[in-house]
Amino acid sequence: MKPIRIGNLEFRNPVLTASGTFGYGTEYADFVDFNRLGGIIVKGTTLNAREGNPYPRMAETPSGMLNAVGLQNKGVAHFADVIYPSICDLPTNVIVNVSGSTIDDYVAVAERIDTLEKIPAIELNISCPNVKQGGMAFGVTPDGAASVVRAVRAAYHKTLIVKLSPNVTDIVQIARAVEEAGADSVSLINTLLGMAIDAEKRRPILSTVTGGLSGPAVKPVALRMVWQVAHAVHIPVIGLGGIMSGTDAIEFLLAGAKAVQVGTANFVDPAVTMHIVDEMEDYLRRHGMTEWEEVIIDN
Amino acid sequence: MQVLDLIVRDSVAVSATATRLVLAASDASVLPAVLPGQFVEVRIDETPGVLLRRPISIHDCDAANGTLVLLVQRVGKGTAWLCNRRAGDVVNVVLPLGNGFSLPSTASGFRPLLVGGGVGVAPLLLLGKELTRRGAEPTFLLGARTEKDLLCLERFEQAARTLVSTENGGAGEKGLVTQHSVLEKERFDHIYTCGPLPMMKAVARLAREKDITCEASLENRMACGLGACLCCVEDTVDGNVCVCKEGPVFSIDRLKW
Repeated sequence: MKPIRIGNLEFRNPVLTASGTFGYGTEYADFVDFNRLGGIIVKGTTLNAREGNPYPRMAETPSGMLNAVGLQNKGVAHFADVIYPSICDLPTNVIVNVSGSTIDDYVAVAERIDTLEKIPAIELNISCPNVKQGGMAFGVTPDGAASVVRAVRAAYHKTLIVKLSPNVTDIVQIARAVEEAGADSVSLINTLLGMAIDAEKRRPILSTVTGGLSGPAVKPVALRMVWQVAHAVHIPVIGLGGIMSGTDAIEFLLAGAKAVQVGTANFVDPAVTMHIVDEMEDYLRRHGMTEWEEVIIDN
Repeated sequence: MQVLDLIVRDSVAVSATATRLVLAASDASVLPAVLPGQFVEVRIDETPGVLLRRPISIHDCDAANGTLVLLVQRVGKGTAWLCNRRAGDVVNVVLPLGNGFSLPSTASGFRPLLVGGGVGVAPLLLLGKELTRRGAEPTFLLGARTEKDLLCLERFEQAARTLVSTENGGAGEKGLVTQHSVLEKERFDHIYTCGPLPMMKAVARLAREKDITCEASLENRMACGLGACLCCVEDTVDGNVCVCKEGPVFSIDRLKW
């Protein structure tokens, strides 16, 4: 089958793993054949090391989960010096999710990742708190989103994917602003802001009170947003949100996504991406298709 | 680590709320070797509202027969589903996970105390058996609210010397495990503990007072079990670390208790 192209990247199939759900890939080495994955998007990486939020960081909810990990990572220098050498030769696209709290931080991380030869792309996470905007997130206004993307675009020379937040009034406006600012692709959706309360203990479960909802519960919202954005921008859309099966993934392609990311499902079945690829290939066979693009073009 | 479908060979209620489940591999050779203190992540199927696997410590293991034993306390929907499994049902597990308890290479004359409370006694059985096999002289000190809440007591008694504390005095000494007289009368080389957090913290305090090395098995709420999601972190002297991967067993020297 012909590879799928996004920016300068080629994916052997449309299945990628979502940032924060697959570690650095090596955690899943016992369960996954990297030769059968389109790509992996490694954990959110920031300029400086972050301890993340206090425990408890997770609450299970009906058909989903809330997390408030808070970008725990050891910083971009540690990634480049220690982690990169151990994962750069994985036989799949290794993409780094870049997070920050100021434009300067984003640019500094992107510049450092730009020097890593075997990282062909970054995914810019623009749904993080922005102290410069009084606690608002970059990703929730078209101007805020565009300003980060423009700055990173100027500093980063490979494929730039921008991950969009669903916690906005009109995701289409944000997507258009990000496209205009030079993104090669958008991925959506990040988690939906939610909350869980322990009625017996009479207090919130998460240490941060609110957290990000993921899992099958968010899939209909994600599909709707992917469909809206895919029909409004010209750059390729990567869809994610609650994908548990090959059929779920196909639904995202039918909504207009060119590729998908699998996230929370990796926690339920560490080999789920392999099953999803199998099921998608089977779908193509059953529908007499020989290329991934046929699913998308049919739409 | 691998994902395996195991078949329930036996399911017996061992208290009003706990079940002992014997799981068998289709072929004894496919069951990976497990260490005392390691755990499995069980897929909870067909239960509306339950998405994530449940981490359950390995209670016992028989490599020759390809069986694995779990002791499960019914706490919520996930564990209720697991307690309701019957012989012949299939249970999907990821295993073996976590680091396990430390084991002395030469155990002759080694006298550890294994302190368990509630369903936290589960991983101590396999540990006690392995310590005995290595020539150590382990002592179990098991605590429960009442004599009816002591889980699988006879199996512990068969494996090693077993002492009991119950809060109502229905069996063994009356009181908490940390009040048991053996702690005053005898000297132990090392303490292993697993149980409710307040109990483990009290045991850790006691170990520090008596200058005895001590390990505790934690059960922070987990998702992936593989060190990927960073949900189950414990705030240690080394910062936030994953209980699923760097634990669940920690030397208390690493904990901020």
